[in-house]
Amino acid sequence: MLAFLVRRLLTLALTAWLATLVVFAVLEAIPGDPALVMLGTSAQPEAVAALRAQMGLDRPWPVRYAGWVGGMLHGDFGTSLTYARPVAGLVADRLAITLPLAGLALVLSAGIAIPLGLFAAGQQGRAGDWAVMAFGQMGIAVPGFWFAILLILLFSVRLGWFSAGGFPGWEAGAGPALKALLLPAVALALPEAAILARITRTAALDTLREEYVRTAVAKGLPRRVVLRRHVLPNALIPVATILGLQFSFLVAGAVVVENVFTLPGLGRLLYQAIGQHDLIVVQSVVVLLAVTVVAVNALVDIACAAIDPRPRVTA
Amino acid sequence: MPNRQRRAALAITMGAVLGLAGALAAGPVLAQAAPRTDPARTDLVVGMRLEPPHLDPTAGAAAAIDEVTYANLYEPLTRIDAEGKVVPGLAERWEVSADGLTYTFHLRKGAKFHDGTAADSADVKFSLDRARGADSVNAQKGYFAAIAGVEAPDARTVTVTLSRPDGLFLFHMASGDAAIVAPESAGANKQTPVGTGPFKFERWVAGDRVVLVRNPDYDGPKPALERVTFRFISDPAAQVAALKAGDIDSFPQFDTYEALPQFRDDGAFTVMVGTTEGETILGTNNARKPFDDVRVRRAMAHAIDRKTLIDGVLFGNGAPIGSHFPPHRAGYVDLTGLYPYDPDKAKELLAEAGHPDGFATTLRLPPPIYARRSGELIAAMLAEVGVRVTIEPMEWAPWLEKVFKGKDYDLTLIAHTEPLDIDIYGRPDYYFNYRSERFNAVGAELDRTQDSAKRNALYGEQQRILAEDAVNGFLFMLPSATVQKSAVQGMWVNRPIQANDVTGVRWK
Repeated sequence: MLAFLVRRLLTLALTAWLATLVVFAVLEAIPGDPALVMLGTSAQPEAVAALRAQMGLDRPWPVRYAGWVGGMLHGDFGTSLTYARPVAGLVADRLAITLPLAGLALVLSAGIAIPLGLFAAGQQGRAGDWAVMAFGQMGIAVPGFWFAILLILLFSVRLGWFSAGGFPGWEAGAGPALKALLLPAVALALPEAAILARITRTAALDTLREEYVRTAVAKGLPRRVVLRRHVLPNALIPVATILGLQFSFLVAGAVVVENVFTLPGLGRLLYQAIGQHDLIVVQSVVVLLAVTVVAVNALVDIACAAIDPRPRVTA
Repeated sequence: MPNRQRRAALAITMGAVLGLAGALAAGPVLAQAAPRTDPARTDLVVGMRLEPPHLDPTAGAAAAIDEVTYANLYEPLTRIDAEGKVVPGLAERWEVSADGLTYTFHLRKGAKFHDGTAADSADVKFSLDRARGADSVNAQKGYFAAIAGVEAPDARTVTVTLSRPDGLFLFHMASGDAAIVAPESAGANKQTPVGTGPFKFERWVAGDRVVLVRNPDYDGPKPALERVTFRFISDPAAQVAALKAGDIDSFPQFDTYEALPQFRDDGAFTVMVGTTEGETILGTNNARKPFDDVRVRRAMAHAIDRKTLIDGVLFGNGAPIGSHFPPHRAGYVDLTGLYPYDPDKAKELLAEAGHPDGFATTLRLPPPIYARRSGELIAAMLAEVGVRVTIEPMEWAPWLEKVFKGKDYDLTLIAHTEPLDIDIYGRPDYYFNYRSERFNAVGAELDRTQDSAKRNALYGEQQRILAEDAVNGFLFMLPSATVQKSAVQGMWVNRPIQANDVTGVRWK
């Protein structure tokens, strides 16, 4: 187990380092000068040069790369070129929106999908199953951003229950902040719930075919109890794996939903930073995202290995 | 799942999706939106498309910085009012010497920065010297180039000496780039701005909003509003929804033009369409073949149908131009008739220039929606006369680097939004690669001229030269559309500079 852990951690470090190289190289190759973006079309060359020096862009690239990576190892992600604020603080502010949003969406999608999937499995071939499968198809087919616009039209424009986007900030209190996150979380959760419901249904159907389920039924247990006690726990294993992977998708999907709801999350930060050619922010956010995805995958692998010893032997 | 079941499920899905969409798309949904209006309100929520990168107008070109801070938070010595006139700012009055070389500004008595320190002549001297100094990162450093020295003989008097006459000096000193800041706070203005204006900074929820509150210690007339919130919404559908939901009270510089009719039809909203300083041009590389031939440039001018362009891009909300000058300004000469839309004439001129079968070229487009839409229409119009255009959409940073700075382009399309910027055609290394002794001679004459009638005549002459040379494709003026709740009064109709001056806004 220890060797397996060490291997995973080494892979993690190597992936993170490769990510820094790729991101840095790509941003170096793309034409664009952050100082010019900042000072615009009337800027005098010497003002642009002064700003480049102020931003430290006049140093050669190996120095800048070493400074950036070295800083990150010490927990210093640098200072945003446009916002003139430390990147760590900027990212933390945005994560305070994106993470609760993704978490809320995860809870919503699991809360909707697992009961629906079980229900459909229990109803296989009957009207209830059809309805759930229809919901599943709709959820997968409807683009998230379009669904988000429909939600805004219904709940904000027509009913006036929610504002049509924006975020009051956590300092405005947890109530208003969570209220601002609710519609985006629903928009984000729907496609994931649709996928998850189908997976739950399939997993439950597979489990229903197991011999121990037949035994339980033969013992005379009511169908409801069989589903809850014998089918659910075993069907949950693939569901939980998918749910873990979905978290990365939720963070990524948040980019689009954040734009429709004008939520100042990590996705919008990245989007704006690319527009402004704010190299430091783009580099750091991309590396952070890459490391998060790799770390989540490593955690899932390690968790699986802890439950099921086979990968440890064969890996 | 058996096929029959799959089909049934699909049918239910389609039905549900179409039903939901139909129910929401039906007219009554939008028409029912009744924005909340309260006559006693003293707060205002202003919508903006872009978020400012920071809040220091002396260190950035982004229009969004001025759209939050200009006249509200910071004050320059002079100020531009809603009609585009130069009016007193931090200086309550000024004198200009007969030779146009010495400007004496008298500052308002009792003017204070938001941190409580007095705003006096030392701060003005600091601000101007900082903007023109060697380390200056001012986006309009050129505005300060004529300054030879700044003196502060007493706390309320500033004397500025110029090395050469500058007819636009008072105009330029009214820009946000010339905002007066204090040495103690200037370094932190990007995040916590400190100015002398009638509103002061309260908070910035990054990515979402900036909140300003009324400055109780302001020495001038107090604004009616107590709190102004600028909200940043870039998505067009989200802008419309936010207005319809009543989240936004006023959305100036609203560029989702296709949505204007639905707001015009809704009694709860008022739509105002005014002017901006944004001359939109088909930027042309005059040094590159075949555009170095004036016949080719004239042919292209004949090939472009401005009426169709304005209808298609701005849904009819915009004025055509025939040179680089806004029609609402004194000194404007109407040259839109010089090259009437005439594809046959265009083909004739192309043949004369040695391109009977036209030629292939590339059009590099920056991100704004007006540019992308205009580019597509113009490519189609040019195709009619045999010019085969390849469109290359670009992001801002590469566009600035390659097209604007590197002059590596054939054609591009952009609105030049700085006021009175016809002088860019005299800059030797500007991206048009245009050089004209005649034009520059008139420019030199302009710098020596203070009399406004004479200046206007000279501006007219410059416009004619540019039109005759067909330097660029002169297309249209960007409109300034504002959508707001009908009870909001006092927002600017026109945008003589890029700003949202809310000091005169009140609720009916």
